[in-house]
Amino acid sequence: MSSKVINWLDERLGLTGIYDTVLDRNVPKVNWWFTLGSASLILFVLQGVTGVFLTVYYSPTPDHAYDSIQFIMNGVAYGWLIRGIHHWGATLMVITVIAHMLRTFYYAAYKYPRELTWVTGVILLLTTLGMGLTGYLLPMNQKSYWATTVATEIPGTVPIIGPFLTSVMRGGPDISALTLSRFFALHIWFLPAMIALVIGVHMYLIIRLGISHIPDKDE
Amino acid sequence: MTKSPHISRREFVAIFVGALGTIMAVAVGLPAIGYLISPTVRTKKTDAWVSMGPLEGYPVGQPTLFTFTRARVNGWEKTVNSFGVYVWRETEDDVTTYSNWCTHLSCRVTWRDEEEIYVCPCHDGLFDISGKVVGGPPPRPLDQYENKVEDGVLFIRLEEA
Repeated sequence: MSSKVINWLDERLGLTGIYDTVLDRNVPKVNWWFTLGSASLILFVLQGVTGVFLTVYYSPTPDHAYDSIQFIMNGVAYGWLIRGIHHWGATLMVITVIAHMLRTFYYAAYKYPRELTWVTGVILLLTTLGMGLTGYLLPMNQKSYWATTVATEIPGTVPIIGPFLTSVMRGGPDISALTLSRFFALHIWFLPAMIALVIGVHMYLIIRLGISHIPDKDE
Repeated sequence: MTKSPHISRREFVAIFVGALGTIMAVAVGLPAIGYLISPTVRTKKTDAWVSMGPLEGYPVGQPTLFTFTRARVNGWEKTVNSFGVYVWRETEDDVTTYSNWCTHLSCRVTWRDEEEIYVCPCHDGLFDISGKVVGGPPPRPLDQYENKVEDGVLFIRLEEA
Protein backbone atom coordinates (compact mmCIF):
# COMPACT_ATOMS: atom_id res chain seq x y z
CA MET A 1 0.00 0.00 0.00
CA SER A 2 2.60 2.53 1.07
CA SER A 3 4.88 1.53 -1.79
CA LYS A 4 1.94 2.09 -4.17
CA VAL A 5 1.51 5.62 -2.82
CA ILE A 6 5.24 6.26 -3.05
CA ASN A 7 5.34 4.93 -6.62
CA TRP A 8 2.37 7.09 -7.60
CA LEU A 9 4.07 10.19 -6.20
CA ASP A 10 7.48 9.21 -7.58
CA GLU A 11 6.12 8.80 -11.09
CA ARG A 12 4.84 12.37 -10.98
CA LEU A 13 7.44 14.13 -8.82
CA GLY A 14 10.61 12.20 -9.73
CA LEU A 15 11.55 11.80 -6.05
CA THR A 16 14.02 8.97 -6.64
CA GLY A 17 15.74 11.09 -9.25
CA ILE A 18 16.20 13.86 -6.70
CA TYR A 19 17.29 11.37 -4.04
CA ASP A 20 19.85 9.72 -6.34
CA THR A 21 21.25 13.04 -7.51
CA VAL A 22 21.35 14.81 -4.18
CA LEU A 23 22.06 12.10 -1.61
CA ASP A 24 23.22 8.97 -3.46
CA ARG A 25 25.92 10.58 -5.57
CA ASN A 26 29.41 9.15 -5.81
CA VAL A 27 32.01 10.59 -3.50
CA PRO A 28 35.72 9.83 -3.19
CA LYS A 29 37.08 8.31 0.00
CA VAL A 30 37.03 11.20 2.43
CA ASN A 31 37.29 11.81 6.18
CA TRP A 32 35.35 13.50 8.96
CA TRP A 33 36.57 16.96 7.93
CA PHE A 34 34.23 16.63 4.95
CA THR A 35 31.17 16.72 7.23
CA LEU A 36 31.67 20.39 8.10
CA GLY A 37 29.63 21.65 5.15
CA SER A 38 26.62 19.54 6.18
CA ALA A 39 27.15 20.62 9.78
CA SER A 40 27.07 24.27 8.71
CA LEU A 41 23.88 23.69 6.72
CA ILE A 42 22.16 21.95 9.64
CA LEU A 43 23.23 24.77 11.97
CA PHE A 44 21.82 27.32 9.52
CA VAL A 45 18.46 25.50 9.52
CA LEU A 46 18.58 25.22 13.33
CA GLN A 47 19.32 28.94 13.66
CA GLY A 48 16.47 29.66 11.26
CA VAL A 49 13.94 27.57 13.19
CA THR A 50 14.96 28.81 16.66
CA GLY A 51 15.12 32.36 15.28
CA VAL A 52 11.56 32.14 13.97
CA PHE A 53 10.44 31.00 17.41
CA LEU A 54 12.32 33.83 19.12
CA THR A 55 10.52 36.44 17.03
CA VAL A 56 7.24 35.33 18.63
CA TYR A 57 8.21 37.19 21.83
CA TYR A 58 11.12 39.41 20.89
CA SER A 59 10.40 43.11 20.47
CA PRO A 60 12.98 45.07 18.40
CA THR A 61 12.71 48.43 20.14
CA PRO A 62 15.17 49.82 22.69
CA ASP A 63 12.31 50.18 25.20
CA HIS A 64 11.38 46.53 25.13
CA ALA A 65 14.22 44.51 23.59
CA TYR A 66 15.99 43.73 26.86
CA ASP A 67 12.77 43.11 28.81
CA SER A 68 11.32 40.92 26.09
CA ILE A 69 14.42 38.72 26.21
CA GLN A 70 14.18 38.53 30.00
CA PHE A 71 10.60 37.40 29.44
CA ILE A 72 11.74 34.74 26.95
CA MET A 73 14.33 33.49 29.46
CA ASN A 74 12.14 33.51 32.58
CA GLY A 75 8.49 33.86 31.60
CA VAL A 76 7.95 31.43 28.72
CA ALA A 77 8.13 27.65 28.89
CA TYR A 78 11.40 26.46 27.31
CA GLY A 79 12.28 30.00 26.22
CA TRP A 80 15.70 29.48 27.82
CA LEU A 81 16.15 26.37 25.66
CA ILE A 82 15.24 28.02 22.38
CA ARG A 83 17.31 31.12 23.06
CA GLY A 84 20.14 28.94 24.38
CA ILE A 85 20.20 26.90 21.17
CA HIS A 86 20.15 30.10 19.09
CA HIS A 87 22.91 31.67 21.21
CA TRP A 88 25.30 28.70 21.22
CA GLY A 89 24.31 27.61 17.71
CA ALA A 90 25.45 31.02 16.45
CA THR A 91 28.93 30.58 17.91
CA LEU A 92 29.11 27.00 16.71
CA MET A 93 28.04 28.01 13.20
CA VAL A 94 30.83 30.58 12.93
CA ILE A 95 33.31 27.91 14.07
CA THR A 96 32.06 25.24 11.65
CA VAL A 97 31.91 27.65 8.71
CA ILE A 98 35.51 28.79 9.35
CA ALA A 99 36.68 25.19 9.84
CA HIS A 100 34.90 24.25 6.60
CA MET A 101 36.75 27.05 4.82
CA LEU A 102 40.10 25.94 6.28
CA ARG A 103 39.51 22.32 5.20
CA THR A 104 38.73 23.47 1.68
CA PHE A 105 41.86 25.61 1.68
CA TYR A 106 44.26 22.99 3.05
CA TYR A 107 42.93 20.24 0.76
CA ALA A 108 43.16 22.67 -2.21
CA ALA A 109 39.54 21.88 -3.02
CA TYR A 110 38.96 25.42 -4.32
CA LYS A 111 40.90 24.75 -7.56
CA TYR A 112 39.50 24.24 -11.06
CA PRO A 113 36.61 23.58 -11.65
CA ARG A 114 35.40 24.55 -8.18
CA GLU A 115 36.40 28.22 -8.04
CA LEU A 116 32.78 29.38 -7.94
CA THR A 117 31.98 27.00 -5.07
CA TRP A 118 34.81 28.74 -3.21
CA VAL A 119 33.56 32.22 -4.12
CA THR A 120 30.00 31.45 -2.99
CA GLY A 121 31.51 29.92 0.15
CA VAL A 122 33.35 33.17 0.88
CA ILE A 123 30.06 35.06 0.51
CA LEU A 124 28.47 32.60 2.94
CA LEU A 125 31.32 33.07 5.43
CA LEU A 126 30.93 36.85 5.28
CA THR A 127 27.13 36.77 5.57
CA THR A 128 27.44 34.37 8.52
CA LEU A 129 29.74 36.88 10.22
CA GLY A 130 27.17 39.56 9.34
CA MET A 131 24.54 37.50 11.13
CA GLY A 132 26.84 37.36 14.15
CA LEU A 133 27.35 41.13 14.08
CA THR A 134 23.68 42.06 13.69
CA GLY A 135 22.45 39.41 16.13
CA TYR A 136 24.84 40.63 18.81
CA LEU A 137 23.00 43.96 19.14
CA LEU A 138 19.52 42.49 19.51
CA PRO A 139 19.62 41.73 23.29
CA MET A 140 20.29 45.48 23.73
CA ASN A 141 22.38 45.04 26.85
CA GLN A 142 25.61 46.87 27.71
CA LYS A 143 27.76 44.38 25.84
CA SER A 144 25.58 44.66 22.72
CA TYR A 145 25.61 48.42 22.84
CA TRP A 146 29.37 48.83 23.14
CA ALA A 147 30.18 46.01 20.72
CA THR A 148 28.00 47.72 18.13
CA THR A 149 29.53 51.11 18.94
CA VAL A 150 32.97 49.67 18.22
CA ALA A 151 31.89 47.70 15.15
CA THR A 152 30.23 50.73 13.59
CA GLU A 153 33.23 52.97 14.42
CA ILE A 154 35.56 50.69 12.44
CA PRO A 155 34.22 51.62 8.96
CA GLY A 156 34.52 55.25 10.14
CA THR A 157 38.30 55.02 9.68
CA VAL A 158 37.91 54.59 5.91
CA PRO A 159 39.24 57.75 4.20
CA ILE A 160 36.66 60.30 3.06
CA ILE A 161 33.52 58.12 3.14
CA GLY A 162 34.18 56.62 6.60
CA PRO A 163 31.79 58.82 8.62
CA PHE A 164 29.13 58.24 5.97
CA LEU A 165 29.52 54.45 6.31
CA THR A 166 29.23 54.66 10.08
CA SER A 167 26.01 56.65 9.94
CA VAL A 168 24.56 54.33 7.29
CA MET A 169 25.25 51.35 9.57
CA ARG A 170 23.71 53.15 12.55
CA GLY A 171 20.85 54.78 10.68
CA GLY A 172 22.00 58.10 12.10
CA PRO A 173 24.78 59.57 14.21
CA ASP A 174 24.14 57.41 17.31
CA ILE A 175 23.21 53.87 18.28
CA SER A 176 19.45 54.31 18.50
CA ALA A 177 16.08 52.72 17.84
CA LEU A 178 16.90 53.01 14.13
CA THR A 179 20.11 51.03 14.59
CA LEU A 180 18.28 48.29 16.44
CA SER A 181 15.48 48.00 13.90
CA ARG A 182 17.80 47.99 10.89
CA PHE A 183 20.04 45.38 12.50
CA PHE A 184 16.93 43.36 13.26
CA ALA A 185 15.73 43.61 9.66
CA LEU A 186 19.16 42.61 8.38
CA HIS A 187 19.31 39.75 10.88
CA ILE A 188 15.94 38.19 10.13
CA TRP A 189 15.26 39.14 6.48
CA PHE A 190 18.10 40.44 4.32
CA LEU A 191 20.95 38.20 5.47
CA PRO A 192 19.00 34.93 5.88
CA ALA A 193 17.42 35.39 2.44
CA MET A 194 20.85 36.00 0.96
CA ILE A 195 22.37 33.04 2.79
CA ALA A 196 19.56 30.72 1.67
CA LEU A 197 19.98 31.84 -1.93
CA VAL A 198 23.75 31.46 -1.95
CA ILE A 199 23.51 28.08 -0.17
CA GLY A 200 21.30 27.03 -3.10
CA VAL A 201 24.00 28.00 -5.60
CA HIS A 202 26.75 26.46 -3.44
CA MET A 203 24.91 23.14 -3.22
CA TYR A 204 24.01 23.12 -6.89
CA LEU A 205 27.73 23.43 -7.66
CA ILE A 206 28.64 20.67 -5.21
CA ILE A 207 26.06 18.34 -6.75
CA ARG A 208 27.05 19.29 -10.30
CA LEU A 209 30.82 19.07 -9.84
CA GLY A 210 31.09 16.55 -7.01
CA ILE A 211 33.59 16.97 -4.21
CA SER A 212 37.32 16.71 -4.69
CA HIS A 213 39.36 13.84 -3.31
CA ILE A 214 42.01 14.28 -0.64
CA PRO A 215 45.21 15.30 -2.48
CA ASP A 216 47.91 12.61 -2.73
CA LYS A 217 51.35 13.23 -1.22
CA ASP A 218 52.95 13.79 -4.65
CA GLU A 219 50.22 16.07 -5.97
CA MET B 1 23.06 -11.68 -2.29
CA THR B 2 20.83 -14.22 -0.59
CA LYS B 3 18.22 -12.96 1.81
CA SER B 4 19.52 -13.42 5.33
CA PRO B 5 17.05 -14.13 8.14
CA HIS B 6 18.92 -11.55 10.21
CA ILE B 7 18.45 -7.85 9.98
CA SER B 8 20.89 -6.36 7.49
CA ARG B 9 23.29 -3.58 8.34
CA ARG B 10 21.43 -1.24 6.02
CA GLU B 11 18.06 -2.05 7.62
CA PHE B 12 19.53 -1.62 11.08
CA VAL B 13 20.93 1.78 10.22
CA ALA B 14 17.62 2.86 8.67
CA ILE B 15 15.62 1.82 11.75
CA PHE B 16 18.18 3.31 14.13
CA VAL B 17 18.28 6.63 12.31
CA GLY B 18 14.48 6.69 12.07
CA ALA B 19 14.08 6.04 15.80
CA LEU B 20 16.72 8.60 16.71
CA GLY B 21 15.08 11.15 14.43
CA THR B 22 11.68 10.55 16.04
CA ILE B 23 13.11 10.98 19.54
CA MET B 24 14.83 14.20 18.48
CA ALA B 25 11.68 15.52 16.82
CA VAL B 26 9.64 14.88 19.97
CA ALA B 27 12.37 16.34 22.21
CA VAL B 28 12.36 19.52 20.12
CA GLY B 29 8.69 19.60 19.12
CA LEU B 30 7.10 19.38 22.56
CA PRO B 31 9.10 22.25 24.08
CA ALA B 32 8.31 24.26 20.93
CA ILE B 33 4.57 23.79 21.47
CA GLY B 34 4.95 24.66 25.16
CA TYR B 35 6.91 27.76 24.17
CA LEU B 36 4.11 28.97 21.90
CA ILE B 37 1.17 28.37 24.22
CA SER B 38 2.54 28.79 27.75
CA PRO B 39 1.82 32.53 28.19
CA THR B 40 -1.72 32.07 26.85
CA VAL B 41 -2.73 29.45 29.40
CA ARG B 42 -1.03 31.09 32.36
CA THR B 43 -3.91 32.57 34.36
CA LYS B 44 -3.09 35.91 35.86
CA LYS B 45 -6.00 36.21 38.25
CA THR B 46 -5.48 38.70 41.00
CA ASP B 47 -7.47 38.42 44.16
CA ALA B 48 -6.26 40.99 46.62
CA TRP B 49 -7.51 42.94 49.60
CA VAL B 50 -6.68 46.58 48.91
CA SER B 51 -6.40 48.97 51.83
CA MET B 52 -8.58 52.10 51.72
CA GLY B 53 -6.98 53.65 54.82
CA PRO B 54 -8.55 54.13 58.27
CA LEU B 55 -12.34 53.95 58.32
CA GLU B 56 -12.36 57.01 60.59
CA GLY B 57 -11.15 59.09 57.64
CA TYR B 58 -14.48 58.63 55.86
CA PRO B 59 -17.41 60.86 56.90
CA VAL B 60 -20.68 59.21 57.87
CA GLY B 61 -23.52 59.67 55.44
CA GLN B 62 -21.60 61.14 52.56
CA PRO B 63 -20.06 58.96 49.78
CA THR B 64 -16.34 59.74 49.49
CA LEU B 65 -14.07 58.85 46.60
CA PHE B 66 -10.89 56.86 47.11
CA THR B 67 -8.61 56.33 44.11
CA PHE B 68 -5.70 53.93 43.66
CA THR B 69 -3.72 52.33 40.85
CA ARG B 70 -2.78 48.73 40.21
CA ALA B 71 -0.05 47.60 37.80
CA ARG B 72 -0.46 44.59 35.56
CA VAL B 73 2.40 42.92 33.75
CA ASN B 74 1.78 41.30 30.38
CA GLY B 75 4.98 39.73 29.14
CA TRP B 76 7.47 42.60 29.06
CA GLU B 77 4.91 45.35 29.26
CA LYS B 78 3.49 46.97 32.39
CA THR B 79 0.06 48.59 32.33
CA VAL B 80 -1.14 50.77 35.20
CA ASN B 81 -4.88 50.85 35.72
CA SER B 82 -6.58 53.36 37.97
CA PHE B 83 -9.54 52.49 40.14
CA GLY B 84 -12.05 54.67 41.97
CA VAL B 85 -14.07 53.51 44.95
CA TYR B 86 -16.93 55.44 46.62
CA VAL B 87 -17.03 54.62 50.30
CA TRP B 88 -20.47 55.18 51.82
CA ARG B 89 -20.88 54.92 55.58
CA GLU B 90 -24.63 54.76 55.99
CA THR B 91 -24.08 54.51 59.76
CA GLU B 92 -20.90 54.25 61.85
CA ASP B 93 -20.46 50.53 61.08
CA ASP B 94 -22.54 49.97 57.96
CA VAL B 95 -20.06 50.49 55.11
CA THR B 96 -20.78 49.99 51.41
CA THR B 97 -18.12 50.36 48.73
CA TYR B 98 -19.08 51.15 45.13
CA SER B 99 -17.03 51.09 41.97
CA ASN B 100 -17.14 54.44 40.18
CA TRP B 101 -17.41 52.65 36.82
CA CYS B 102 -20.77 53.37 35.27
CA THR B 103 -22.52 50.09 34.50
CA HIS B 104 -23.50 51.43 31.07
CA LEU B 105 -20.18 51.91 29.25
CA SER B 106 -17.64 52.23 32.09
CA CYS B 107 -17.28 56.00 32.26
CA ARG B 108 -16.50 57.32 35.75
CA VAL B 109 -19.45 58.49 37.80
CA THR B 110 -19.22 61.49 40.17
CA TRP B 111 -21.10 62.00 43.44
CA ARG B 112 -22.90 65.36 43.64
CA ASP B 113 -23.42 66.32 47.27
CA GLU B 114 -26.01 69.02 46.72
CA GLU B 115 -28.20 66.82 44.49
CA GLU B 116 -27.44 63.58 46.41
CA ILE B 117 -26.90 61.69 43.19
CA TYR B 118 -24.19 59.92 41.15
CA VAL B 119 -23.92 61.40 37.66
CA CYS B 120 -22.26 59.75 34.70
CA PRO B 121 -20.94 62.47 32.35
CA CYS B 122 -21.13 60.36 29.20
CA HIS B 123 -24.83 59.59 28.77
CA ASP B 124 -26.43 61.17 31.84
CA GLY B 125 -26.73 57.93 33.77
CA LEU B 126 -28.01 58.67 37.28
CA PHE B 127 -27.71 56.55 40.42
CA ASP B 128 -29.01 57.28 43.91
CA ILE B 129 -26.93 57.05 47.10
CA SER B 130 -27.50 53.27 47.35
CA GLY B 131 -26.34 52.77 43.75
CA LYS B 132 -29.76 52.18 42.24
CA VAL B 133 -30.39 53.47 38.72
CA VAL B 134 -32.68 56.48 38.78
CA GLY B 135 -32.20 57.71 35.24
CA GLY B 136 -30.41 57.27 31.94
CA PRO B 137 -29.25 54.15 30.13
CA PRO B 138 -27.36 52.12 32.83
CA PRO B 139 -28.69 48.53 32.85
CA ARG B 140 -27.96 47.70 36.50
CA PRO B 141 -27.02 49.35 39.82
CA LEU B 142 -23.45 50.42 40.55
CA ASP B 143 -21.12 47.47 41.16
CA GLN B 144 -20.05 46.91 44.74
CA TYR B 145 -16.79 45.68 46.19
CA GLU B 146 -16.77 43.21 49.05
CA ASN B 147 -15.26 45.03 52.04
CA LYS B 148 -14.03 44.38 55.55
CA VAL B 149 -12.66 46.41 58.44
CA GLU B 150 -9.58 45.17 60.27
CA ASP B 151 -8.07 47.14 63.18
CA GLY B 152 -9.97 50.21 62.04
CA VAL B 153 -8.67 49.99 58.47
CA LEU B 154 -11.07 49.52 55.57
CA PHE B 155 -10.22 46.99 52.85
CA ILE B 156 -11.93 46.11 49.58
CA ARG B 157 -11.57 42.88 47.72
CA LEU B 158 -10.26 43.42 44.21
CA GLU B 159 -10.74 40.58 41.76
CA GLU B 160 -9.39 40.79 38.24
CA ALA B 161 -9.78 38.13 35.61
